[in-house]
Amino acid sequence: MHINTDKILQVRDMNIHFTFGGGLLKSGRKAVLKAVDGVSFDLLTGETLGLVGESGCGKSSTAKGVLQLYKPTSGQVLFKEENLCDLQGEALRRMRRQMQMIFQDPYASLNPRMTVLRIIEEPMKVHRTHGNRKERREQVIEMVQRVGLNPSDIHRYPHEFSGGQRQRIGIARALAVRPELVVCDEPVSALDVSIQAQMIHLIEALRDQFNLSYLFISHDLSVVKHISHRVAVMYLGIIVELAAKEELYARPLHPYTQALLSAIPIPDPEVERQRTAIALEGEIPSPLAPPPGCRFHPRCRLREAVCSRQTPQWREVAPGHHVACHLV
Amino acid sequence: MKKQPHKRTRDTIAALKPHYLPASADAGGAAPHRYHWLIDLFIQLVKTKPLGAFGGALVLTLVLMALAAPLIATHDPNEMHGMQTLVPPGSDFFFGTDALARDLFSRIVHGARVSLTVGLGAVGLSIFLATVIGVLSGYFGGVLDTILQRCVDAIMSFPWLIIMLTVMSILGPGTGNVILALALAGFAGSSRVIRSAVLAIKHSEYVLAARSIGCRQPAILIRHILPNVAAPILVLATLGLGNAILAEAALSFLGYGVPPPAPSWGRMLSGDGLDHMLRGPWLVIFPGLAISAAVFGFNMLGDALRDLLDPRLTGGARANK
Repeated sequence: MHINTDKILQVRDMNIHFTFGGGLLKSGRKAVLKAVDGVSFDLLTGETLGLVGESGCGKSSTAKGVLQLYKPTSGQVLFKEENLCDLQGEALRRMRRQMQMIFQDPYASLNPRMTVLRIIEEPMKVHRTHGNRKERREQVIEMVQRVGLNPSDIHRYPHEFSGGQRQRIGIARALAVRPELVVCDEPVSALDVSIQAQMIHLIEALRDQFNLSYLFISHDLSVVKHISHRVAVMYLGIIVELAAKEELYARPLHPYTQALLSAIPIPDPEVERQRTAIALEGEIPSPLAPPPGCRFHPRCRLREAVCSRQTPQWREVAPGHHVACHLV
Repeated sequence: MKKQPHKRTRDTIAALKPHYLPASADAGGAAPHRYHWLIDLFIQLVKTKPLGAFGGALVLTLVLMALAAPLIATHDPNEMHGMQTLVPPGSDFFFGTDALARDLFSRIVHGARVSLTVGLGAVGLSIFLATVIGVLSGYFGGVLDTILQRCVDAIMSFPWLIIMLTVMSILGPGTGNVILALALAGFAGSSRVIRSAVLAIKHSEYVLAARSIGCRQPAILIRHILPNVAAPILVLATLGLGNAILAEAALSFLGYGVPPPAPSWGRMLSGDGLDHMLRGPWLVIFPGLAISAAVFGFNMLGDALRDLLDPRLTGGARANK
């Protein structure tokens, strides 16, 4: 693994807001859903940054905002010093060669009417990275072998493959044009547990072979623990804690992170019996009306008066360990 | 034995898409294709879809009949044979004669030209318009969608006959104008269906994946959207063909169709045929059979093609065997 201190990606105060209601004839107020509300983080070259959180906390929106699949409402996404949010049309399209995405649902992310060859070949065609059909074909066969599929299967259609094999096709498509940044949006959560480990190892091996940087999104803390160098925890559109993996799992500071970590079962009945899981009260609040002050305070077991009044600052409490909580 | 269906599926698929077949044997297991892909498609049609093949044979017969009409017809379709009006079918006049003593068989053979031209032309034009409008409207949405759909609403709020009569009154008689009138009266509803099919898939992950790869919009529309709405388009086309032939008959009945004396199945059935139906039932039976054959043939062929061209259905049908 070659992590150097070059920042391949810098996200600065990114907001993604969706507006509902308010049509031509309706005079009512528009509802604003703040899916991502001021998220900032860096990704170093060769690094894997894990992004964890509950469903609906804005993980996928963050991923899509980074790749400009949703246009961020405000903020900056600097990819190698270039602000992607300023790019339009053709310029943005050309940048896409360097940043690809691996999708969550391998059943939905492959066009059912295209053969494996055409699916993996498409990014090469789009970016004209390979001269002719023969070169592209060779590259497809190489990619197919790298992800562990049989080259004789390239004329088959996605429906003929299992979920794990389809995900391999999706990975081959993403890596066919040799990107530098790959956003993995829950790449294993749709797969059987027995397949997940294989897939994680594949994704890890490819990172080292191609020197990729991953933004790895998952709600599975064990998966993130295995693959990431650093981990960011999201709650209701904001990042509440960010630290190196070992640090975060050993010394979680934010009460939300502590609750999440205590929910991971430990496969040892002796230890498991000693532990007490921190049960979170209630449901995640609606992002249409986030609580004032600290967003986590209604569910926090340590909440104090200040939590409901003031938004906690994003502070570095130890080298590389950032957290947003009044009590730390 | 268990492996058998899989192998055959692959053969079918390889047969359908030969452009991507390996030039040499380096890709290992993929089956080598033997013939041009159209021939292979034809073999599949005959083997797995007998009804579709029968429909295809009917269509082929009608098309050949239209092309070779002067050779097949026993008489001039417009020649009046003196006093021999309403002669029943026999050896002289295979399908009998009409009230003007014209040979019905020859008129039906020549009518294939008119009816198929009008039917295919109208369906082709109408489906083309419907696809362009439906796909653009559904995919881009927003203001474009609103404008296009309100226009479609306006067109759909008129009865189709009114639209056709208006267009025919403005443009005057002629085969080309009949085609245009039928297409304008029919495309709106189809475009709505296609739009909704596009809406159903435009937020799917493979379309998002295409964007994240860096596909241009036209490439997304042509490679990802269009092939996945092909099934409803084919169904609309095959259903529309019968309607177009019958609508031409309605136009002819009102005196706005393909101008007489050119033989059209629709007018034979609804005009002259209706007047003398009781004295000469063959006047309605034979044009009716011709129309039914065309509609049935195209429907069966369309259904079979839709299934054969869908990789998922081909796989499923084979696995069940």
